[in-house]
Amino acid sequence: MVRLKDLTAGYGKRPVIQGVTLEFAPGKVTVLSGPNGSGKSTLLKAALGLLPLLSGEVLYDDVDIRHLKRRQIARKAAFLTQSRNTPSIQALPMVLHGRFPWLTYPRHYDRKDYAMARHAMEATDTLRHETANVSHLSGGERQGVYLAMALAQDTLTLFMDEPAAWLDINHQLRMMQTAHALAESGKAVVLVLHDIPLALREADRIAVLKEGRLLSFDTPDAVYRSGILEQVFDVGLHRADTPHGPQYYCTPKER
Amino acid sequence: MNSLQIFSIRPRKGILWAFLVALTLAAAVLSLWNGSVQLSFSQVLDTLTGKDTVSTASHIVLYSRLPRTCAAMSAGLALAVAGAVIQTVLENPLASPNVIGVNSGAGFAVALLCAIAPTAQSYAPVAAFGGALTGVLLINGLSRRTGASRMTVVLAGIAVSALFSAGIDAVITLVPEALNGISDFRIGGFSGVTMTGLAPAVLLILPCLLLVLSLSGQMDILRLGKDTARSLGLSVGAVRLILLVLSAALAGAAVSFCGLIGFVGLIVPHTMRRLFGEESLPLLLSCALGGACFVTLCDLLSRVLFAPFELPVGIVLAFAGAPFFLWLLFRQRGGRTWSD
Repeated sequence: MVRLKDLTAGYGKRPVIQGVTLEFAPGKVTVLSGPNGSGKSTLLKAALGLLPLLSGEVLYDDVDIRHLKRRQIARKAAFLTQSRNTPSIQALPMVLHGRFPWLTYPRHYDRKDYAMARHAMEATDTLRHETANVSHLSGGERQGVYLAMALAQDTLTLFMDEPAAWLDINHQLRMMQTAHALAESGKAVVLVLHDIPLALREADRIAVLKEGRLLSFDTPDAVYRSGILEQVFDVGLHRADTPHGPQYYCTPKER
Repeated sequence: MNSLQIFSIRPRKGILWAFLVALTLAAAVLSLWNGSVQLSFSQVLDTLTGKDTVSTASHIVLYSRLPRTCAAMSAGLALAVAGAVIQTVLENPLASPNVIGVNSGAGFAVALLCAIAPTAQSYAPVAAFGGALTGVLLINGLSRRTGASRMTVVLAGIAVSALFSAGIDAVITLVPEALNGISDFRIGGFSGVTMTGLAPAVLLILPCLLLVLSLSGQMDILRLGKDTARSLGLSVGAVRLILLVLSAALAGAAVSFCGLIGFVGLIVPHTMRRLFGEESLPLLLSCALGGACFVTLCDLLSRVLFAPFELPVGIVLAFAGAPFFLWLLFRQRGGRTWSD
């Protein structure tokens, strides 16, 4: 399990997130929420060891990340990035790259790696695009292939930076379904979401960030009741009970 | 479900590979066979099998055409592979050894060595490697330090290239006889290459090629982007550095005996990318074959077109390569390119 203890990190000497203490529990979907520039992506990168830590600790199963090799981290946590260059490559070989941290010399993908890659593609419903060129797929299908690559990495923790951005509503909802299925299978799923109603409805835990500080880390219900999201985003937030469970919506703040 | 899937060989690709291998072999045979003096095929064969070591024909083959063919093939191979590696590492389709100052860095070092210590010419590959490395690390440092855009990298490369070229011109102006050993240094050419002169460079090129091939998996991961590559456990900085050092060694070794051949490092990787796809192992292998084949054929043309006069191969490379490359670009317009 990945835990952050009093973590301060950023670019160069300038801290972007400060004093964040947080843990990403297996079996739960944890959503990071906060306005633009609040440090959500920075937090993910720091948790993955992609940024130097200024102070505090990132612990992987109680081991300080500074004592872990990149490959060891890669066997415990996978990362679905937001910005990426999509290489022109077939989907299956792409997903196979998820097995890279597990390869030993001479780094040759074997039968088991292929099986795991195919299994991961089944889980994201992309197996039918096996031989398609990734750069020719639609946004939703491509996201599925990237997610499959992260799944093939076979890690306990999965970090996703705005996985629903740019996706149509069908793919957004399916992405959340997949996130839940993964959490139920025992993974710790951590994602950055911009859509507050979606986050409140889907998350098991919500972490609210503002200006690099963690303001709240609780269940959606508790976060909603605390009114912290209304403050942070400067909007009105409301709940309505529907036959499909509680639904949330935002309105402009009354002045 | 076997390793062949990594190569993603489809029937069409199979034919392409066979064609490329056959063409490369044909280029080698034609290059040994043809030239300003007409030899029969059996004369060449007798020399190569060791039956004939005394006739004029065998001397032409052994001391002129064989070194020349080897030189053309290894230069083409080295520059094309170096180009493919540099394009991947700098994530920049416009980068190639001659554009970003690697070739001219190597050339400057060689020119300087020949001017200062004319007797130490056998160290030319080492000097060239040093010069090429300086060029490639300069560009890499600039692009990392400034978080530079693709355009900045190329502009910086052009500036570095101009600086080294001015250095070469200065050396040649001040010590005109410095580069007499290497004909047409600034355009690039293979006349006067000897086996002993070639040996150190080839000894540098072959291990570097093998090392680059062994890193093709890492290159594939690198192409996924820095953050993804690192989250997959790749030490991006170290791998980039190793690959750049290897490509500098490849390009430097080539420049040390053939001068400033440009263009191969740009057009061969792009051509092969369109034909064989972007996965690194097939790309590198096809660049090695394609580069060797292309330069050998151009060198052959340079010898026979106006025989007994000879054109520097650099001129033929540009005349043959540029139209072909333009044709390739036009034919695939509307298709996606690497930089999209």
